[in-house]
Amino acid sequence: MSFRRFIQLAATVLTNAYWLFPFGGASMYAGRLKSVCVPGLNCWSCPAAVGACPVGALQNILAGLRPGLEVGNKHFGLYVVGLLGVLGSLVGRMPCAWVCPFGFFQELMHKIPSPKLKMPGFLSYLKYVFLGLFVVLLPLLVVDEFGFGQIWFCKYVCPAGTLEAGLPMLALKPDLRDMVGTLFYVKLTLLFAFLAWMVLCKRPFCRAVCPLGAIYSLFNKASAFRMTWDAEKCVLCGQCYHDCPMDVKFWENPNHPDCIRCLKCYQKSCKYGAISYEIAGVPARKTLNEKAAS
Amino acid sequence: MPVRTKKLPTRKLPFVLLLFFVAAVVLGINFGELGAVFEKAVTICLDCIGIG
Repeated sequence: MSFRRFIQLAATVLTNAYWLFPFGGASMYAGRLKSVCVPGLNCWSCPAAVGACPVGALQNILAGLRPGLEVGNKHFGLYVVGLLGVLGSLVGRMPCAWVCPFGFFQELMHKIPSPKLKMPGFLSYLKYVFLGLFVVLLPLLVVDEFGFGQIWFCKYVCPAGTLEAGLPMLALKPDLRDMVGTLFYVKLTLLFAFLAWMVLCKRPFCRAVCPLGAIYSLFNKASAFRMTWDAEKCVLCGQCYHDCPMDVKFWENPNHPDCIRCLKCYQKSCKYGAISYEIAGVPARKTLNEKAAS
Repeated sequence: MPVRTKKLPTRKLPFVLLLFFVAAVVLGINFGELGAVFEKAVTICLDCIGIG
């Protein structure tokens, strides 16, 4: 198991560390840790989840902004956006590669043998539509008579919620099964469509849909941690593109919004020492590949 | 022994951003957002499940 796989596994287990629910404990964790947003996409209604989903938290705050203001609550989402901004300004989109349970799940799904397809590049822009529309604008602007909005992304799109919370909760709580309606079946169909897409394409949800990835991606060029590319050493062999879990052409843009800084290209792909990284101006130590190349 | 390559000019932008977002977190906590997140996180989200 590679070091990154170990970290992904550890992060998934730590994010979902409440395992008392099948043994007579509460149906989900309700301790103080639940107020802390986790860095990856992980449904907070998963019975084992010990933290809050940042996308769900942000939508809930925006959906309740108007009635909240009327009663004097100043909840603008600063806490959630701030946490994501802190991570983003330090490492950009790195959490997607290292600590996101749903990203990890997609990488495992892609290991299932099947014909593999490339995802059309323009679909990468869709995640910004999901972020702007489903996470920010619709929860904020489409409100009921009391001023409350809905959490559009969680309710109508998020396959992580159906997989990590919907199916386990329906299995654990029979009384919820009576409430299942058309929406659940629509979301279940969506989940199966995503599962099939994950087998065929590399990380399709991260690249085309994930609002969390969209937020982190905005920091890729400005973060303290940045990838670097040496044009003189690069022979344009394309090995980094072949190995990249996000299909990024590194030589075109080393800090592409879709680069999740998994470091596979740096550690494994490039035999010519053309790929490296720097942390706020301090270059990385040379890899074995770089040393061999120099 | 690992070798360090030439040092690049230090970038200030990440630290400016970091300070800005740390301030946002502190302000958000001060406004009670931690409690608001907690309140939602400890109840089963029917919308997330798909039956809301």
